[in-house]
Formats: sequence, structure tokens, C-alpha cells
Amino acid sequence: MLKVVDLEVYYGAIKALKGISFHVNKGEIVTLIGANGAGKTTTLNSISALVPIKSGSVSFMDIDLKTLPAYQRIYKGIAHVPEGRRVFARMSVKENLEMGAYCRKDKASLNRDAQRVYEHFPRLKERRNQLAGTLSGGEQQMLAIGRALMSSPTLIMMDEPSMGLAPILVSEIFHIIQDINKQGTTVLLVEQNATMALSVADRGYVLETGNVVIEGTAKELSNNPEIKKAYLGTA
Amino acid sequence: MSLFINQLINGIHVGSIYALIALGYTMVYGIIRLINFAHGDILMVGAYTVVVAIGTLGLSPLAAILISIVICALFGILIEKVAYKPLRNSPKISSLITAIGVSMLLQNLALLIFTPTPKPYPVPLSVAPLNLGDIQISFITILTFGVSIVIMMALQTFVTTSKAGKSMRAVSEDMKAALLMGINTDNTITLTFAIGCTLAGIGSALFCLAYPSVSPTMGSLPGVKAFIAAVLGGIGVIPGAMLGGFLLGIAESFTKAYISSQLSDAVVYGILIIVLLFKPSGLLGKSVREKV
Ligand SMILES: Nc1ncnc2c1ncn2[C@@H]1O[C@H](COP(=O)(O)OP(=O)(O)OP(=O)(O)O)[C@@H](O)[C@H]1O
Ligand SMILES: [Mg+2]
Repeated sequence: MLKVVDLEVYYGAIKALKGISFHVNKGEIVTLIGANGAGKTTTLNSISALVPIKSGSVSFMDIDLKTLPAYQRIYKGIAHVPEGRRVFARMSVKENLEMGAYCRKDKASLNRDAQRVYEHFPRLKERRNQLAGTLSGGEQQMLAIGRALMSSPTLIMMDEPSMGLAPILVSEIFHIIQDINKQGTTVLLVEQNATMALSVADRGYVLETGNVVIEGTAKELSNNPEIKKAYLGTA
Repeated sequence: MSLFINQLINGIHVGSIYALIALGYTMVYGIIRLINFAHGDILMVGAYTVVVAIGTLGLSPLAAILISIVICALFGILIEKVAYKPLRNSPKISSLITAIGVSMLLQNLALLIFTPTPKPYPVPLSVAPLNLGDIQISFITILTFGVSIVIMMALQTFVTTSKAGKSMRAVSEDMKAALLMGINTDNTITLTFAIGCTLAGIGSALFCLAYPSVSPTMGSLPGVKAFIAAVLGGIGVIPGAMLGGFLLGIAESFTKAYISSQLSDAVVYGILIIVLLFKPSGLLGKSVREKV
């Protein structure tokens, strides 16, 4: 469904991605794991065209995304929960969700999706008229995910959805990710929390300074001694 | 007492005009963090359009004013496309210098085409003022205030309830997140310039009805004052521009009446400095911070 081939991205003279390749099949949860600065966010941002691609290709459902403007990607079915949440702070929870549905015209299924988001996150329903900037960090994370779901995406890319959340919320978020996946949305998940990520993922890729160094099924990766040592903290 | 009320009315009159112009500064700043120094000169563009439309083309005043508003909006779109859009990813200082350049370009073009000699604004409005005892309210004052209030309410409704208005707020908060929502940010920015300059076009007509002299640099001073009004109210905040405009107009009018007409500009700057000392983000400046 998503295919990335030999992707290279530069920030000025710094080469952040040194030719990475990976793919995501329909219905999967695929995780990208790696240390700080490995290039995970850069990878998602280049798929969303928030950073320019130097060389290589990104295609989605056999469409080459090269010439597609950033804003049109969501119309093709790609939603992105960006790093640091980036909710619209001076808009209400409800307005943030409306912005998530900006690309849609079908009112009826839209209401159904709003209900679905409120079912996943009852807290958002209680606070729907509150300004997003005044929500707690965890609530903002829920809103960022809910906002992405409002587009009814085929593929949802999440950049560290568990960042800064209390442990109980982390497992809740991962449950929700599995739910979303079961309801038919393919997931590309970037995580620091490799243990959690591998527990829900089908497959994974390990990034190190702009390269894919290891890839495999979640099970293989969980049992890989190098990964255990470096990312799972269980040697 | 009647002096007080008359000055208050005067202040509200000029304040409405400052507020209309300040809205353009604040909306553009809100969306691309640029102080569009050419914004004041849109007043001049609107005024000369009316002069030409009536003097040369022989149109009726109402038609001339409506056309001038459209021309102002088109100038806004053109300036954004030609001067600012190519610099979207350049350092802020480049756009700022470009903005000053656009302002000088417009003034000098006007100088070339229309000569420096001021021309009269060819729209006579002879409606008797409203007399309430000692208090006199001119028709132009009522018109100016009424038009401004209606427009400001319409704008507020637009940004809070319409899809385009909400996307404008989204882009001004976080352009990248707005792109991820599927918002065509280039179109949103163009729309913002068009609306800002439409308001300046309306402000131009109202300004010229009160001060009917058209010259190449006529937009500078009201432009600067409106900019101050926008900063005073909190730049980037729409209700702030309205509040700042009215406060500035009233303060200026009272200073002229009670202190000295020479000092009125000094008082205006003084108010700005004092407000910014106590509240650097302006009266209604942004206080909600994003949690990181
Ligand atoms: N805007 C930028 N300008 C310059 N360098 C950047 C920029 N953004 C990222 N980088 C560099 O690119 C590299 C990859 O960064 P990236 O944000 O993709 O890492 P990451 O894997 O998401 O890390 P983290 O887990 O800390 O979020 C880093 O070395 C970073 O310093
Ligand atoms: Mg990152």
C-alpha cells in the first residue's frame, strides 16, 4: 500500500535519511523504531511532503506521490499524527475535529466518525468546547489522534503517540491503535517505546542514523539479541 | 460635557477607520507573520481609483467606490503573489524589506502617474448633520461607524463559523498542521490578503469622505496609526485590532481637544509604549500557550 524506495533527505548539508526503503501492506501495523535523531520523524514528514525529498520515491496505492502537493495527501487517504501533537491551541476540541474532517464532504458518515472518536476518547466529548491549548498533554495527544481519524484515513501515520503519557494511558493508546487497525485502517507507527510498539505491530524496521539496519516481523525483532540490548532494555 | 461627547464621537469616527485598516495588518500578520508595510498604501490605491473612475470614466460615486474596493482586493492578491509568496521560506527580514519596497513602489508609481499635487476626492456628501442639543453627529460619522460595525461583525462571524474562516485560523496557528488537514494554505493566504485589502478599500472610501484630499503619500500616516492600533490590541488577534482602532481614535481625539493637537501623535506612541511595557503581546494578545 505504501512503498518507500531509497529515500534521501537533507537538511542543508546534513544528510538525515541515507536511502531508506520500506513498505507497509494493507491492514498491517508497521513500526519504525530507533534512537533519537535516527530519522523517524523525517521519514514521516517526507511521506507527508512537509520536508522536501532529495531522491528516491514514495508511492501510495500505486500512485507516485512525488508531484502531489502536501495538502492533497489526506485526500488520497493518508493521515498523519505529527510529532508534538500540533493541535490548534486556540480552537476548541470540536473545531479541531472539524479541521480533521476538512477534506470530507459526506456529512452522514462524518457524524458517525465523530461518534467513533468520542467513543474512543470519552474525555474529548466532555471537553468538546474547551480550547485545545488548555487540555492536558495526554488529552492533546488523544485529540491529535482523534483529529487524524476524522478524515477516515486508509493509512494513519503516528509519530510517537505515547510520548509524555502516563503508563496507564500508554497502554490505553496502544489498545486504541489496535482497535483502529481492526476497524480497517493501516497503521505506520513511529515509537521510542519499542516494547509497546512491537507488542502491537505485525512488522518493524529499525532505523539508525538515517539507515534501515534491521527489519523483520515483530516477533523476530522482539527476539533479536541486538534489539533486546539496544531498544528493549532486556539483554 | 458636550465637548467631551463631541470628541468621543470624533474619536469613534476615526477609530472605526483605524480599526478597519488595522484588521488587514493583523490578519496578514496572523497568517504569515509579516508586517505588510504596503497595507496603508492600499488606501491611496482605492482613493485614486475613485478619482479616475469618476473623473475620467464618468461613473457614479457608488459604482466608483465599489470598483475601488474590488481593485484594492486585487492589488492585495497581486502584491502577495508577486512580492511575498516567492519569499515564503526566506528569512523574515527579506519579506520585511520587500514590504517596505512595495510601499515605496506604490507611492512612486502614484507620484509618476498622478503628480504630487493633491486631488479632491470627488464624492460630495451633503446630508444635514444630526443635532441633539449641543451634540452634533455628521452623516459621515454615522455612516462610517455603521459600516465598520457591520463589517466587523460579518468578519467575526466569518472566521468563527465558516469553513474558510476556520481554515484561516488553523493556518495562522500552524501552517504545517493545516497542510496535514488538507487545507490549501496558499489559497488561504491569498484569501487573507484579499479580505484585508477589501477592508482597506472600504476604509479608504470612509477615510476620504472625512478627509477628501487624495495624494500619493496619503496612506502612510493612517497606515502607521492602524498598525499601532493592531499592535496595541495584540497583533494577529482580530478583536484586538478592532479594540485597538477605537481606543487609538478616541485617545487621539481627546488629546487634540484637551491637551494639544501637536502632541496627539506623541500621546498615541506613548500609549503604545506603556501598553507594551505592561503587556508585550498587546491588550488582547495571545495568552494560550501550547503545551510541549
Ligand atoms: N529542521 C531540521 N534542520 C536540521 N536538521 C534537522 C531538522 N530536523 C531534523 N534534523 C536532523 O535530522 C536527524 C533526524 O531527525 P528526526 O527528527 O527525523 O529524528 P527522530 O528519529 O524522529 O528522533 P526523535 O526520536 O528524537 O524524535 C537528526 O540528526 C536531526 O538533528
Ligand atoms: Mg521524532
